Amino acid sequence: MTHSFPWLTALIILPLIGAAAVFFVRDASARLVALAVAVADLLISLPLWWLFDASSGNMQFMESALWISSPPIHYRLGLDGISLPLVLMTTVLMPLCILISWHSIESRVRSFMAMLLIMEGAMIGVFSALDFVLFYVFWEAMLIPMYLLIGVWGGPNRLYAAIKFFLYTLAGSVLLLVAILVLYFQGGHTFDILQLSQGSYSKALQFWLFLAFFAAFAVKVPMFPFHTWLPDAHVEAPTAGSVILASILLKMGTYGFVRFSLPMLPDASQAFTPLMVVLSIIAIIYGAYMALAQADLKKLIAYSSVSHMGFVTLGLFMFNIQGIEGAVMQMVNHGITTGGLFLCVGVIYERTHSRQIADNIGLTKPMPRYATFLVIFSLSSLGLPGTNSFVGEFMVLIGTFLWSKIATAFASLGIILAAAYLLWMVQRVAFGVPAPHMLPKLRDVNLREMVTLVPLVLLIFMIGLFPNPILTRMHPSVEKVIGRFLPPAVEQVSTVSQGLHSDAGFTSTEAEAKQP
Amino acid sequence: MTFAVGDLFLILPELLVITAACIVLVLDPVLRPSDKDGLVWLSLGTLAICMGLTASQMSAPVEAFSGLVVIDPYGAFWKLLLYFVTGLTILLSHSYLKEERLYFGEYYGFVLLALAGMMVMVSAADLLTIYLGTELMSLSLYVMAGLKRSEPRSLEASAKYFVLGAFSSGILLYGISLLYGATGSTRLPAIATAISGRSLDDPLLLFATILLAVGFGFKLAVVPFHMWTPDVYEGAPTSVTAFMAVASKAASFGAFLRVFIEGLGGLKANWSAIFLLLCLATLVLGNVVALVQTNIKRMLAYSSIAHAGYALIGVVAAGRLANSSGISSVLLYLALYTFMTFGAFAIVAMLRKDGIEGNEIEDFTGLSKRHPVAALLMLIFMVSLAGIPPTAGFIGKFYVFMSAVEAGMTWLAVIALIFAAVSAYYYLRLVMVMYMREPSDVTDSAPQLVMSPTLSIVLACAVAGVVIFGLYPNPLVQLAMQAVLTLR
Repeated sequence: MTHSFPWLTALIILPLIGAAAVFFVRDASARLVALAVAVADLLISLPLWWLFDASSGNMQFMESALWISSPPIHYRLGLDGISLPLVLMTTVLMPLCILISWHSIESRVRSFMAMLLIMEGAMIGVFSALDFVLFYVFWEAMLIPMYLLIGVWGGPNRLYAAIKFFLYTLAGSVLLLVAILVLYFQGGHTFDILQLSQGSYSKALQFWLFLAFFAAFAVKVPMFPFHTWLPDAHVEAPTAGSVILASILLKMGTYGFVRFSLPMLPDASQAFTPLMVVLSIIAIIYGAYMALAQADLKKLIAYSSVSHMGFVTLGLFMFNIQGIEGAVMQMVNHGITTGGLFLCVGVIYERTHSRQIADNIGLTKPMPRYATFLVIFSLSSLGLPGTNSFVGEFMVLIGTFLWSKIATAFASLGIILAAAYLLWMVQRVAFGVPAPHMLPKLRDVNLREMVTLVPLVLLIFMIGLFPNPILTRMHPSVEKVIGRFLPPAVEQVSTVSQGLHSDAGFTSTEAEAKQP
Repeated sequence: MTFAVGDLFLILPELLVITAACIVLVLDPVLRPSDKDGLVWLSLGTLAICMGLTASQMSAPVEAFSGLVVIDPYGAFWKLLLYFVTGLTILLSHSYLKEERLYFGEYYGFVLLALAGMMVMVSAADLLTIYLGTELMSLSLYVMAGLKRSEPRSLEASAKYFVLGAFSSGILLYGISLLYGATGSTRLPAIATAISGRSLDDPLLLFATILLAVGFGFKLAVVPFHMWTPDVYEGAPTSVTAFMAVASKAASFGAFLRVFIEGLGGLKANWSAIFLLLCLATLVLGNVVALVQTNIKRMLAYSSIAHAGYALIGVVAAGRLANSSGISSVLLYLALYTFMTFGAFAIVAMLRKDGIEGNEIEDFTGLSKRHPVAALLMLIFMVSLAGIPPTAGFIGKFYVFMSAVEAGMTWLAVIALIFAAVSAYYYLRLVMVMYMREPSDVTDSAPQLVMSPTLSIVLACAVAGVVIFGLYPNPLVQLAMQAVLTLR
């Protein structure tokens, strides 16, 4: 890999160095240092968008080095059309998270910023790791920073929420470790994700591995019925923590499904499709109903996340191009939109110190700009045409329609309900009559908060109106995933020369990745 | 049996350690108190020389004294680990004894004598030599556990440790004698040869295996032979507890593995079933009982019991695998366990609450405000003990579980990992107390950490091991794999 700059290593290392660096400055400057690091990381990541070869579904910007020699574990990174948008989403959101915490975090600022930066490095690592053990290391490494973010800087019930988050996700992911080890011995003694994605495993093995993967990924997504940690964690976490949780951490679960479960275990994925679809639809409808009933803004958005992530898991298990592309699209969209909503809650919480809808009514008069942002993010979240979520959810529904019309009908209920709970929320928060004693507190959005919110609004409309740049980049990679679900007749032909093909396929992957 | 003078050179490290121990014991009464620090430096210097000598013995196995002792990479691995732990213990004790006002020059002598016993244990190729080493180690530890003469708990710990230790030594000796009766030898290679022709169902062999397993079970503190551990760990001076939890466990594992792999390798099918039961019981009980502890030393005691359970997974796997990956995973696990456990005990030893040693978990309340660095180090040790990457604890668990999966016991890995998730609860409770709780009111004094240069060295070594081997374990992995190659 002599061809170019180690982009991904730089992206991962820079925040980690930044996390160490903030401890050497004073609290006041820690914010600036952290922001500078996050912005620098964003600037490094932006060129990747244009350097990325959209015509190829292979891993690009690959880096590989031997990490542990026995068993062979590599430090191997790379991006394809599925992980590229997620990495960029991470680097875009992190500076915003730091900005929104500028004044709301007053105690132990340095540690807080360090935790955010460690999270950033680990999350980029998760999305770009191409070695299963490396992936697991990044996957688990973010548990402790997140635990501390919730537990140290969180709300009144933070201890409970923090340990619940930690134990839920840890219990899910320990089974993933066993599955990784089993795959190593069954899949030709390798932890290489690309190589493992080309192997074929017996149906029985796939069944168990799928369940183990499911335990890890479904808790993270979170799918119904493993979602109960999410409302607690969201409500108690500081704003930046909620944004990271909702926008990036949840995506790791669905990313796990599309990167591992689908390509490695195609037979089991198909066998489990009915279950996955049912759970997804339950999540869509149940999440929406729960959101309707919430009086707490953060809880409302948390349950709306459960509902929206249901669309993602639904789309993934359709095994057609519309479904999976829509799902990946929706992963990015949910990150942007829900991130924006949580930022909005953070802004109002800084002023009124309440997240209750009842305490925050009638904000249009005193805070017109704020109300505008809230309305835009809400409309995007409910999938208004012209905004980003419309593209994603529409594609998922088309994909579902091709598979089952009844499932589509049920899933569509989620969109209607989303309109109900979001518009109702907007109606109360934006268009009521504010309590007189609250008025002095209701200062409108300041410049720093504008800087935080505007990029997301731009992204909402850019993706909503011109989704093609993202779609073209992910198209070849998604096709590659779908290639694992070829009809039996074609599969037969390819199994005859499986060894030859998979070898050739693997080397060409690397060869092509070498070319910039 | 002939005596070759050349053999003395092979056991030069052992001789040096014993000589240093004697010098310390003799010089202590005649030295002025202000000069007694010299004894510490003498002990550390000896360890440094031994480390160099042992590192040069990492080549092919050489038998000495007609096969009573074997000098091989396997023993050298354990010895290097033991020197390291002993060095840390001496450094920690230097601060701890002053703080606790325990002035005993003999202390360092006993540490070195215990080390000599452990060194004999890991390089002995004869059951009686192993027994000698075990006794030398145990007798020194009995004395050290009771060093806080004014404190009843310390005396109770010492007495309890002595009674149960003597009992277990008796069982071990009984097992050795039965094995001698069955095979006609106490040499491990000769026992292996004698066994190879025998049936697995031979009651005498089976009984001897069980007795040896029980005897070693006491030393390793695996369930159900763990009863002494929490009481002794709690009562003993903390520096001694750290030494016991790490060094004595490592040496016992060293001798135990050699006996069961080299000597009783033919009975793999029998003993791996026994250890499977012990392993499951240890994992479950160690982790579950640790959940309800309020005393940090007792919590760490149960945690060390649970960790012996994880190491046993490697032993069980070794019993079912043709290759040596199970054994090397045990070596690796114990080596990595050393850093995190010793680091945790070092912080416990130096934590002061209202002027006395703070042993309750509650005493850590708000440590992160008062001593952010110490709290961060404790956080790293706890995370590592819980086995979360990127720390050494994860690497250790990874290799142990890998050998279990390789041996076809995926279910064992699943159970062990679920209990690893359980263990995260009690390790994180300490993190929670340190970081997320404030001292209840102003009169409640904040915990203090008595810092000293030697403590800084100890903590730096421990945290460096946890972090470096968590990020780049390759050298240690290679060392562990080479060390077991010559184990027959």
